[in-house]
Amino acid sequence: MSRPILEARGVTKQFGGFTALDGVELAIGPGERVGLIGPNGSGKSTFVNCLTGALTPEKGAIHFLNEDVTALPAWQRARRGLVRSFQIPRPFKKLSVIENVQVPLRFALSEPPPTGIDRRAMDILDSIGLDAKANWAPKDLSQVELRKLELGRALAANPRLLIADEAMAGLSDSEVDEIVALLERLNGEGIAVILIEHIMRAVMRFSQRIVVLVAGRKIADGDPAEVMRHEDVERAYLGQ
Amino acid sequence: MTALSPSLSPPARRLPKPFSWPVLVAGLAIVAVEMTLGAQVSEYYLLLAYIILQYVVLSTGWNILGGYAGYVNFGTAGFFAVGCYTTIALEKLAAVPLPLAILAAGVVAGLIGLGTGYLTLRLRGVFFSIATLALAVVLQTLIVNWSFVGGSRGAYVMRPDAIAPFASYVQYLLVVMTVLAMVAVLAAIAIERSWIGMGLAAIRDDELAAEASGVPGLRLKLLATTLCGAFMGMAGAPFPYFITYVDPPSAFSLAIAVNAIAMPLIGGTATWWGPVLGAVLLGFTQQVLTVTISSAANLLIVGILLVVFVTVAPTGVVGITRAWRGRRA
Ligand SMILES: Nc1ncnc2c1ncn2[C@@H]1O[C@H](COP(=O)(O)OP(=O)(O)OP(=O)(O)O)[C@@H](O)[C@H]1O
Ligand SMILES: [Mg+2]
Repeated sequence: MSRPILEARGVTKQFGGFTALDGVELAIGPGERVGLIGPNGSGKSTFVNCLTGALTPEKGAIHFLNEDVTALPAWQRARRGLVRSFQIPRPFKKLSVIENVQVPLRFALSEPPPTGIDRRAMDILDSIGLDAKANWAPKDLSQVELRKLELGRALAANPRLLIADEAMAGLSDSEVDEIVALLERLNGEGIAVILIEHIMRAVMRFSQRIVVLVAGRKIADGDPAEVMRHEDVERAYLGQ
Repeated sequence: MTALSPSLSPPARRLPKPFSWPVLVAGLAIVAVEMTLGAQVSEYYLLLAYIILQYVVLSTGWNILGGYAGYVNFGTAGFFAVGCYTTIALEKLAAVPLPLAILAAGVVAGLIGLGTGYLTLRLRGVFFSIATLALAVVLQTLIVNWSFVGGSRGAYVMRPDAIAPFASYVQYLLVVMTVLAMVAVLAAIAIERSWIGMGLAAIRDDELAAEASGVPGLRLKLLATTLCGAFMGMAGAPFPYFITYVDPPSAFSLAIAVNAIAMPLIGGTATWWGPVLGAVLLGFTQQVLTVTISSAANLLIVGILLVVFVTVAPTGVVGITRAWRGRRA
């Protein structure tokens, strides 16, 4: 693997006396597609929150693009291209669909898009199939459309690494395929992707590498087929 | 922002220019009317207009933080009083021209806004509001114990003589407040139509998601608290010359705290003209009530209106007219 763009070292996060993450290590190479899996409550979202700055870990360091970003607030990490989407869609409710995408275009880019913010916003909506609903309110969107908007907003921040936290939960098979195709297309443009997902079909299809988190610890990291044969992983999944 | 609904989706929206020429022209036209009529009408009408414009400044200032960023400030009376007492303190030291006192009040109240914001903006929602209320109480205690500005006894302020083109000092006060209201509204419009307004709206809707989209939450909120504090302080700066006797209860009045919240909420917090409309409607109604019934009835009626609007029409008059226009379209 060439030099990693993201390196997390010994990330430990506690809630009160409860250890949600326990010394988690992770390195992501440029343009890599990594699946992050684990049972409910294993700490996946907490890990995303620590990586992107929504939470501050007690211990550990996070390096992104050769820079220590551990002490940077979330918005500065987003500006550097460390971008996430939320497990439960969190649209800006009183802004229209296109304005939702304009926010990161205005705030997360180091320089305005060459085609202008409005044009670029429409192009993004076009690429996620929401162009006809540009002026709709988020409350009028369907579940799959909200998830697309969530990804569209992340995409607008011009990510080098996109962390998609359960972008497909609750979607039908064909909708899952749509989202996977969208992520594959983004990856084709050189964006590294961490896919957090319970839908194994999607994870196996998408990932070049799989990382398994159980009870706040990383128990496996490697080739998908091998990881799935790993006995701890089997126990964690079949044992639940 | 635009009316959002699939049934009435307008074509792709473009942000209007941040500077509003119509508001500038309207403001100057009002000044012209005040200059020509000011000497002929009874002073009562000048004072009435002054009060309403003072509320335009207060509710517009409140809305920059409360409406655009979604942080409810209960401490308006504190910032207003800081403005009042800046003028009184300056007046004790030297004969400072009013515009300079207003600027000084804006700086002092703005800095207090900045400091409060820095200390409290990590608090969410209701905790922030309680902190601003506590700030007003702290400021009042300080003033009560500061004898230089009159302490609890209060301070008398002499209205200076009328200045050249003005027929009376009250007319001068009115023109000054009109200009201040115009500046406040122009600032609100500029924020609303620029990337700052969009960032504040994102923070209001979802702070975590806003930060994840690159919005510098703390910085924008500090900008909003500073501007909010500064406008409220500036609104208070001419007040000592208006009532000529200021004591803590009149500067830190409940009416100011309540009106600054009620006016934007009743007018509508989504756009700049909601607070203006609320200030004009409520300010006028209250003055009429003071004359016809009693000043005690004022707050009662404002309170009832506030409850009615918050429960029945949370988008205010602006929201109601939009829904109505939408239905007819
Ligand atoms: N803010 C918080 N305060 C206290 N405990 C928390 C907090 N956030 C998460 N936890 C706890 O930390 C653990 C890990 O939660 P997390 O949301 O990271 O799991 P997850 O792997 O994302 O699960 P899921 O697959 O259900 O999304 C859970 O036991 C959860 O209850
Ligand atoms: Mg999760």
